[in-house]
Amino acid sequence: MSFFVETLVGGLLAGVMYSLVAIGFVLVFKASGVFNFAQGSMVLCAALTFVTLRDKGLDFWLAALITLSVMVVLGIAVERVVLRPLVNRPQITLFMATLGVSFMIEGVAQIAMGASVHELDLGIVDTPIEIGGVQVSQFDLAAAGTAGILVIALSIFFNKTRIGIALRAIADDPQAALSIGIRLQTLWQIVWGVAGFVSLVAGLLWGARQGVQFALTLVVLKALPVLIIGGFTSMAGAIVGGLIVGAGDSLAEIYLGSLLGGSVSTWFAYVLAVAFLLVRPAGLFGEAPIERI
Amino acid sequence: MAEPVLQLRDVSLSFKGIKALNALSFNVERGEICALIGPNGAGKSSLLNIINGVYRADSGSITFNGEQFVRIRPARAAHLGVGRTFQHNALFRHLSVLDNVLAGLIRHCRATIVEHAFGIGRDRREAREFNRRVDEIVAFLDLTKHRDKVVATLPYGVQKRVDLARALVGGPSLLLLDEPMAGMNQDEKQEMSGFILETNTRLRTSIVLIEHDMSVVMGLSHHVVVLDYGRKVGDGSPEQVRRNPDVIAAYLGTAH
Amino acid sequence: MSAIGTDAIEGFSATRDTARVTRDRLRVGSAVLLLAALVGIPLVANDYWLNAVLIPFLIMSLTALGLNLLMGYAGQASLGTGGFMSVGAYATYNLLLRLPELPLPVSLLLGGVISGLVGIVAGLPSLRIKGFYLVASTLATQFLLEWLFNQYGWFSNYSTSSSISAPRLAIFGHDLSSPTGRYFLTLATVVVVTVVATRLVRSQTGRTWMAIRDMDTAAAVIGVPVSAGKLKAFFVSSLVIGIAGALWAFAYLGTVDARSFNLDRSFQVMFAIIIGGMGSISGNYLGAAFMILLPILLDHVGGGLFGGAIDPGQLENLQKALFGALIVWFLIKEPRGLAALLSRAWTQLAARLGR
Repeated sequence: MSFFVETLVGGLLAGVMYSLVAIGFVLVFKASGVFNFAQGSMVLCAALTFVTLRDKGLDFWLAALITLSVMVVLGIAVERVVLRPLVNRPQITLFMATLGVSFMIEGVAQIAMGASVHELDLGIVDTPIEIGGVQVSQFDLAAAGTAGILVIALSIFFNKTRIGIALRAIADDPQAALSIGIRLQTLWQIVWGVAGFVSLVAGLLWGARQGVQFALTLVVLKALPVLIIGGFTSMAGAIVGGLIVGAGDSLAEIYLGSLLGGSVSTWFAYVLAVAFLLVRPAGLFGEAPIERI
Repeated sequence: MAEPVLQLRDVSLSFKGIKALNALSFNVERGEICALIGPNGAGKSSLLNIINGVYRADSGSITFNGEQFVRIRPARAAHLGVGRTFQHNALFRHLSVLDNVLAGLIRHCRATIVEHAFGIGRDRREAREFNRRVDEIVAFLDLTKHRDKVVATLPYGVQKRVDLARALVGGPSLLLLDEPMAGMNQDEKQEMSGFILETNTRLRTSIVLIEHDMSVVMGLSHHVVVLDYGRKVGDGSPEQVRRNPDVIAAYLGTAH
Repeated sequence: MSAIGTDAIEGFSATRDTARVTRDRLRVGSAVLLLAALVGIPLVANDYWLNAVLIPFLIMSLTALGLNLLMGYAGQASLGTGGFMSVGAYATYNLLLRLPELPLPVSLLLGGVISGLVGIVAGLPSLRIKGFYLVASTLATQFLLEWLFNQYGWFSNYSTSSSISAPRLAIFGHDLSSPTGRYFLTLATVVVVTVVATRLVRSQTGRTWMAIRDMDTAAAVIGVPVSAGKLKAFFVSSLVIGIAGALWAFAYLGTVDARSFNLDRSFQVMFAIIIGGMGSISGNYLGAAFMILLPILLDHVGGGLFGGAIDPGQLENLQKALFGALIVWFLIKEPRGLAALLSRAWTQLAARLGR
C-alpha cells in the first residue's frame, strides 16, 4: 500500500512539472488561439541560455535576468514575425507554423550554444524526506511549490490587472474587445512575453532535474496530453491535467508495464488523453463551442 | 387534400439553459413557399438546423413526407430529400463551381472506392450521368460561364447561386433557404427571387425561406410564419400576417 | 470567415481553371519526358545516385502522396506517418517470411492493406475530434506502434534489437537485389500508385474528401458521407504509406528497426507536403526532392567550404533551422507550396508559347 502511495505521490509531483509547461501553452492559446508547439523548444532555449551564461561565470540572478530578456524578446519576435502575418488563417496552419518555429529555435540554439549535456544546479538538495511515512523528493516538492506560486501569480495577473481583464475579453470575443479599444497586437506581445517567462521557469526546473540537453524539447510531447485532458483554455485544467497524467503515467508504468512486459511511458499518457477526448472533446475544463451555420 | 410536406409539433430547443425555440408548431404544405420571418435571434436559423439535423431538438416531433422523427442526422435528412442553403457562405471554397455542384450528388453515388480508383464498373457511367445533371442545373441557374472557376474567386451574389445549385442538384422535395438574398442589391435580389420562384413552379420543390426584406417575402411566399424569441406570433397568408397586430408589434413595426 | 471551417486545411490546388490547354499539354509532355528520364537513369547513374538519392526520393514521394491524400485532400492532419510506415514494413516482412509462396507485389500490397486497416482504427477518433486534437490522437498511434514493434519480438521474428532485414527481393524468379533492380521496383510502384491516386482524387471519392476538408458541416448537410469519407481517407492514406514503409525498409535501407519510423519521420513527411504543396499530386515529388536533396547539398557545400572541418552535428542543426524557416516561409507566403510556384511559372511559360 505504501508503495502505491509513494508511486502516486511521485507521479503527482512529476505531473506538476508537466503542468508547468502546459501553463505556457494555455496562456498563448487563450489569448490568440495559437497552439504553440514551440513551447518545448523555448524551454530548451531558456535552459541552454541560462546554463551557458552561468558557465561563463555570471551571477545567478544576472544570468536569470539576461535569460529572461532573451526569452521575452524571442516570444515577442515569434508573435511579430511569424504569427502576425498568419492572422485569420486556420488554427492548424498556425500549429504547423509553430512547428517550424520550434525547429528553428532548436537548430539555432544548438548552433550557438552547443548540443552537449550541461549540469544545472539550482542549489536545491535532492535527498528524499519522509512525510507521513511516504518518501518524497525534496526537489519535486520545490518544483511543485514553484509551479503553484506561478499559477497563483498568473491567476492574479489574469483576474485582477487591467491587462489580464483585457486578455480575457479578447478570449471571449475578439471583435467586441477590438471595438472598445483594446489593442490586440500589444496584448498578444505581452502574452508571448509572459510565455517566454514561463518557459524560463520551466526550463530551469526541468534543466535542473534532467540536465540541460536536447531531450528537454520532448517535454512538449508530455504537455500535450495534459492540455487535452485539462482543456486548452484553463489554468486549473493544466494543473489537474498534469496531476492526472503524472499519476496515471507512474501508476501505469508500475502496474500496466509489468503486465505488458515493458515500459509504457512513451504512449500511456496519449492513449489516456485520446480516451478523454472521445468522452469530453473539449477537455475537463474547456467549453465545447456551438456550431453555427 | 394532400398531407403537408413538413409538420412541426411542439419543437423546443435551448442552448445552455436559454430557450431558442419554445414549443413551436406549424405546417408547410406541399408545393408552397413558406417564409420564416422574425427579428435577429428569433430562432429562425436554429429551426432550419433542427429540420436537417445539425441541432437536436430537446422535445417535440417533426414529420417530413409522412416520416416522423425527433432527431435526425444531417446525412439522413439529405437522403430523405431535404436540401439546404446557408446564411453564411458554406461553399467548398477551394473547388470549382462544377465540383461544388457535383458534391451535391455524392449521396446518389453508388460506385465504390475501388471502382473510383480504377475507373471500372459504375464509375464512368455515373460520372457521365452526374455531369449531365450538373450541367442542367448550372444552365438553369445561369452559371454556365462560371462553371470551371474556383468559387472563392466569384462575386458574392454568384456564390449564393452556386449554393442554391448545390442544394438543388440532388432533387430535394423540400428546400431550406437561409437568407438567400442577404447582402444583395435590388437587381440581384430580383434575379434570385426569379430563380426561387422558378424552382418552386418548374421543379415543384416546396421551399422554406428565411428573409428579412418584407417586399421580397410578401411578393414571393404563399405562407408566412413569424417568430419572436423562439415563439410563433403569426402564421397565415402574407395578407393575414401583415394585418396581425402582434406581428406588427414584434417585427414589422420595428425598424430594421 | 464563419466559425465552422476554421479547421480546414489551407493549401490546395484548384481542380479546374479557365482554358489552359497549352499548359496541360506542357504538363503531360513534361510528365512523359520525366518518366522516360527516370526509366533511362540507371543507364547513366552510378550506384551512389540510385542508393542515396533516387530510391529515397521516390519512396519519400510515395509517403508524401499517402499523407497528402489524408491531410491535403481530406483535411485530416496526422503525425502518425512513421507509425503507418512501420506497420507496412513489419507486415510485409512477416508476409514474405511466413508466406514465401506469395509473389512480391502481392505481399507488398497486402502489407499496405494491413497498414490501411490499422489506419481505419487510428482514424476513428476523427469522427469526433478535429484539428490539432486529431493531431494529438495520431501521436498516440505513432507512439503506440513504435512501442509495439520494439516490445514484441514476434513482429521481427525475434531478431536482436527488433530489427528486420530485407529477404531476397525477386519477382517471378527475377532478382531485384541490385540497386537497379530495387530502383525499378520502387519506380514501378510509385507510377502505379500515382496513377490510381490521381484517378481517385478526381472521382466522387476525392470530391467527398475535399468537401470534408473545405467545410465539413455543410458537407454533412448536403448528404456527403462525412464519417465514411474520413475513414476511407485514413484507409487509402495508410495503405499508400504502408507500401512506402515496406519499400523504405527493403528497397532503400535493407535493415530497419522501429526507430527508423519515429516521430521525426512523421515530421519529415509533413514538411515535405507543406513545402511541396498540400492538395496537389505533383507537390509530393517536389517536396520529397527538396527534403532529400537539401541535406545532401548542405553536406557537400559544408564539406567543400570548410574542408570537412565543420562538425556534422552542426550541419544537422543548420539543416533543422533551415527547414523550420522554410516551413514558416511557405505557410506565410505560399501555403500551396512549390507546386503552386511552379504552376504559376508554367502558366507564364504557356502564355508565352501560346502567343
